[in-house]
Amino acid sequence: MTKLAQWLWGLALLGSAWAALTLGALGLELPLSCREVLWPLPAYLLVSAGCYALGTVGYRVATFHDCEDAARELQSQIQEARADLTRRGLRF
Amino acid sequence: MAAEEASRSSPRSRREPKGRASRQDKYSVLLPTYNERENLPFIVWLLVKSFSESGFNYEIIIIDDGSPDGTRDIAEQLEKIYGSDRILLRPREKKLGLGTAYIHGMKHATGNYIIIMDADLSHHPKFIPEFIRKQKEGNFDIVSGTRYRGNGGVYGWDLKRKIIRLYRKEVLQKLIGKCISKGYVFQMEMIVRARQLNYTIGEVPISFVDRVYGESKLGGNEIVSFLKGLLTLFATT
Repeated sequence: MTKLAQWLWGLALLGSAWAALTLGALGLELPLSCREVLWPLPAYLLVSAGCYALGTVGYRVATFHDCEDAARELQSQIQEARADLTRRGLRF
Repeated sequence: MAAEEASRSSPRSRREPKGRASRQDKYSVLLPTYNERENLPFIVWLLVKSFSESGFNYEIIIIDDGSPDGTRDIAEQLEKIYGSDRILLRPREKKLGLGTAYIHGMKHATGNYIIIMDADLSHHPKFIPEFIRKQKEGNFDIVSGTRYRGNGGVYGWDLKRKIIRLYRKEVLQKLIGKCISKGYVFQMEMIVRARQLNYTIGEVPISFVDRVYGESKLGGNEIVSFLKGLLTLFATT
């Protein structure tokens, strides 16, 4: 089963469970406090997921390592290479 | 293992420490090129330096797709300088894409390990001995370079996906057979397929320096195509 299919299955299961509970289809009389939490739960989870995603990306971007040393090292090695290759007969 | 037995029985042998590349290991570096006339001499020089200093056996396979800028001429000169046992030219007539370039290169590879990297100096060959050591350490099927962990990092912010990986030859052959995406997305697909097939994957932190010479072949809609590729993978794997 593809990842997409897995997710659709999972969402369908959770979605129908949520719908059944909030619409009282199962004939269960949940206490009001439960239903007050359950009803906005999907929206709440969606927003939380979005915030987590943005937060993670932002954090990773902010803490990304800079490697100036690597750039400098590369430049100096390019000089060295150029000299060596010219000596060996490379016509650039 | 056969390799260790061979070194024990030869007269001038030293017992190879566990985890070291055996004398039978050879690393084939696949370098697909398109208009890399300016970078090619340097990437080859750095590869030769890296391998000579670390002592691992290697070959570099340059797969040029009919570059109009004279890349092939430079490749031929490099072959004369370093020898045709180290530099193998296996060009193609025109741009046929990355995946087929790897397949084409592998047909001519005599190594038992394949290293895939970009020819544009974004990845420094100095990391390759680390990849080799890491692979031996954990007996990994694949070793991938990461910019995100350890002392990995970037210089010159670049969103483009640049991959440097070491594969066991048979693993790469199997994965390429299974992949269906095109272009750069298929490099991501390879890792997804590898996980599905329970191949072991190791990581080595690397630094990534933004393109030194030349124009990148990736355009401004890189982000869009990356997301499209990601969704395709999501729906097909």
